[in-house]
Amino acid sequence: MNTVETWVIIILLGLGTFVLRFSFLGMIGGRPMPEWVLRHLRYTPVAVLPALVAPAVVWPAATGGDPDAARLLAAFATVAIGLATRNALWSIVGGAATLYGALWLLG
Amino acid sequence: MTSSLSRSAFWRGFREGLPFVLVIVPFGLLFGVVATEAGFNLAETMAMTVLVIAGASQFAAVQMMADNAPALVVVVTALAVNLRMAMYSAALTPHLGRAPVWQRALIAYTLVDQAYALAAQEYELRPRQSMGEKVAYFLGVSMVICPLWYGTTLIGATMGEAIPPGMALDFAVPITFLAMVAPMLRTLAHVVAALVSVLVALLLAWMPHNTGLLVAGLVAMAAGAQTELWQARRSAGL
Repeated sequence: MNTVETWVIIILLGLGTFVLRFSFLGMIGGRPMPEWVLRHLRYTPVAVLPALVAPAVVWPAATGGDPDAARLLAAFATVAIGLATRNALWSIVGGAATLYGALWLLG
Repeated sequence: MTSSLSRSAFWRGFREGLPFVLVIVPFGLLFGVVATEAGFNLAETMAMTVLVIAGASQFAAVQMMADNAPALVVVVTALAVNLRMAMYSAALTPHLGRAPVWQRALIAYTLVDQAYALAAQEYELRPRQSMGEKVAYFLGVSMVICPLWYGTTLIGATMGEAIPPGMALDFAVPITFLAMVAPMLRTLAHVVAALVSVLVALLLAWMPHNTGLLVAGLVAMAAGAQTELWQARRSAGL
């Protein structure tokens, strides 16, 4: 990733995000969004983020793409703690503790 | 009179935004560290944090850039993560749509998850407030979140330069995302969307330039929406 490309990504992402946020607020007398659009938008974070991490969990780059017990355990613990506590921070702390614990135990 | 009411609305927003310090500080620090570890210099890290102010999409962009995904795929995927913000924008328009355009632009720039959640609740509880008070409340919340997001990213980026390699930081982003998603799995439809997302992403991991990810996101959104419809129909007894 070269410097120019990095800056292009940063600027486009910044502009695009602003456009999404300003979309309806920016229009005077904006019409309500159709129900089917809202129904899909509700699921964007839970639809995109798991897809982003799944390959990194199963085939981590750090081990050259081989499944790794410590990382699988850590991912499992993160989700379980997040479901149980409904708190992202506890989930991160528990996931990180599991990762380092498992890396240390399993060598 | 109006201005003193607005001032009190601003400070109410500020106070009610304060608990988010506990969320913003660790995520800001973590983003600074992760971006620096991924090879961003300080200017790039700070530019992204100031221009985008959307943690999940920033982590997503950094992760994909570290994987050498093409620029277009990085931008489209990171924007897909932010699509929900158009929904926030639509939801706030009945309350804030008649404010001066510069105020609406400022609100849009700072329209993050936490500010939306608080403002939506506030406008429902106190619908009779003037436009000025509603705008002031929103900006009060933003005034807690945004400077803190920039500041903690800066600290994290500085710390990142001091963290030795070999700390398994490759896994910071996956853990962060899983931790963000797990508490969102409130309904069956959310669970179905997340499972479909994982399954399709793994099945399509062979597709070039991380494009399998986009397909997975779209299919999973449709799966969530269809599950919701199916449940609504079933509970209506049709």
